Amino acid sequence: MTSASWLDLAFVLVVLVDFYLLASSRLPAATRAVALQGAVLSAPPLLLAGGGHDPEHMLLLSAGALLVKAVLIPWLMFRAIRETAVRREVEPFVTPVTSMVLGAAGVAAAFALSRSLPLPSGGQHPFLVPTALGTVWVGLLLMVSRKEAVSQVLGFLVLENGVFLFGLLLSDVMPVMVEAGVLLDLLAAVFVMGIVMFDIQRELASLDTQKLQRLRD
Amino acid sequence: MLRALLQPLALLLAAPLLPGLVNRVKAAVAGRRGPPVWQLYADLWKLLHKGAVYSGTTSWIFRAGPMASLASAATAALLLPVGAFPAPISFAGDFLLFAGLLALGRFLTALAAMDTGSSFEGMGAAREVTFGSAAEPALLLGLAVLARATGSTSLQGMLGPGLSGAWAGAAPSLILAAVALGLLSLAENARIPVDDPSTHLELTMIHEVMVLDHSGPDLAFVQAGAALKLLLFGALLAQLVLAARPAGDLLGLVAFAGGLLAFVLLVGLVESAMARLRLQRVPQLLVGAAVLSLFALVLVLR
Repeated sequence: MTSASWLDLAFVLVVLVDFYLLASSRLPAATRAVALQGAVLSAPPLLLAGGGHDPEHMLLLSAGALLVKAVLIPWLMFRAIRETAVRREVEPFVTPVTSMVLGAAGVAAAFALSRSLPLPSGGQHPFLVPTALGTVWVGLLLMVSRKEAVSQVLGFLVLENGVFLFGLLLSDVMPVMVEAGVLLDLLAAVFVMGIVMFDIQRELASLDTQKLQRLRD
Repeated sequence: MLRALLQPLALLLAAPLLPGLVNRVKAAVAGRRGPPVWQLYADLWKLLHKGAVYSGTTSWIFRAGPMASLASAATAALLLPVGAFPAPISFAGDFLLFAGLLALGRFLTALAAMDTGSSFEGMGAAREVTFGSAAEPALLLGLAVLARATGSTSLQGMLGPGLSGAWAGAAPSLILAAVALGLLSLAENARIPVDDPSTHLELTMIHEVMVLDHSGPDLAFVQAGAALKLLLFGALLAQLVLAARPAGDLLGLVAFAGGLLAFVLLVGLVESAMARLRLQRVPQLLVGAAVLSLFALVLVLR
């Protein structure tokens, strides 16, 4: 297989994980899927490295993505799930079937419309931009349609995965330090969200964000 | 002309072997010996020699249902290429007729179930039609992927020699379509994640409920039709996956039989490893299959 067809496979896998996340309600399985998506996302920088990109830069980016997205963050999420003992999303605002249909519509729109976007990408892989846009859309959908705090964090991670893919377009002009900073920011954000989740759990004995409606000092 | 008669007949005769093989696989996984593979032939033979009992509230629809659903499956068998043999009948757009004939069989089975006036069978018919409304878009989208990838709208072109070129160009979407059609074949044939073929009188069953009132030769027709439908889906998948068939009629046929065996093995393993889904989760599975097909279609449309 050529590197283009490996890229095909990686992008298709990323979208499949998106669909799986929309359908699943079990949090440990969903966390594993997000970890898988992070691991798959470490491949495109390496595969793109042939096409005129700086190889060292791409290697660093790929290793950073693998370490942060596929190992550290899932580990933190599993810790949060274990400590708070929340196993599944019981009643999301939008049913799995509806959210799958919405997600499919978004991904189809991303694939249909991405060619007419004025992007500075002459020789990019044709699936890169639509996969990034579709993943951002699915992450957004997960964040607004779920009630459990853990699923909302997972939605945020998927959203960030989409942004990471989009960032590959600009990887030539963006310095390594900026990208390393983004990955560190993400890790810090998940860390903070983990602490917030513990606090919600201790305060309310549940992670249902529906219960966070009154504001007091 | 002769081939047009021979193909549905051969497939119809071979079909009862498939449920027998699935049962053998399930038994082997569970550590039992299981019924002989030709059990369904014996059952059909027995049923054909019995008389039928008709309730006084039923009309001709109830009697026509089993025959018509078997006939629609046998007609659909005319449209499929088998191994290296071309389909006996093929014309542009015949994949719509294939989906339509399967839908017709479903419609007539449901109609016959409702004709009995039993609320239990009506419930089964309602479920079958509800799930059908989610399964049919998935089937049509999956076939549309094949049509687009091969540039042909007849099943002969979609599953025949033209397919190997499509595998070279659009492998990811064809894999997605194959997975979607695989999920669909479990749902359409009332296999385990959707319906349990080995239970009677359970409130979650779908297909078995609808045929509770059929007896004798009618029940034989229903069972033969169900076996043929399983064979049709297996054949669709085998043709799709074994695109690079060896040339030659005999070798092609052997490869086709091997593909069917792999399909049977897969169905048996899924049935052994999984429990039936809760009824509310079934549309989720079918919509998932439709979403996979849609995504595959989007990929080939680019």
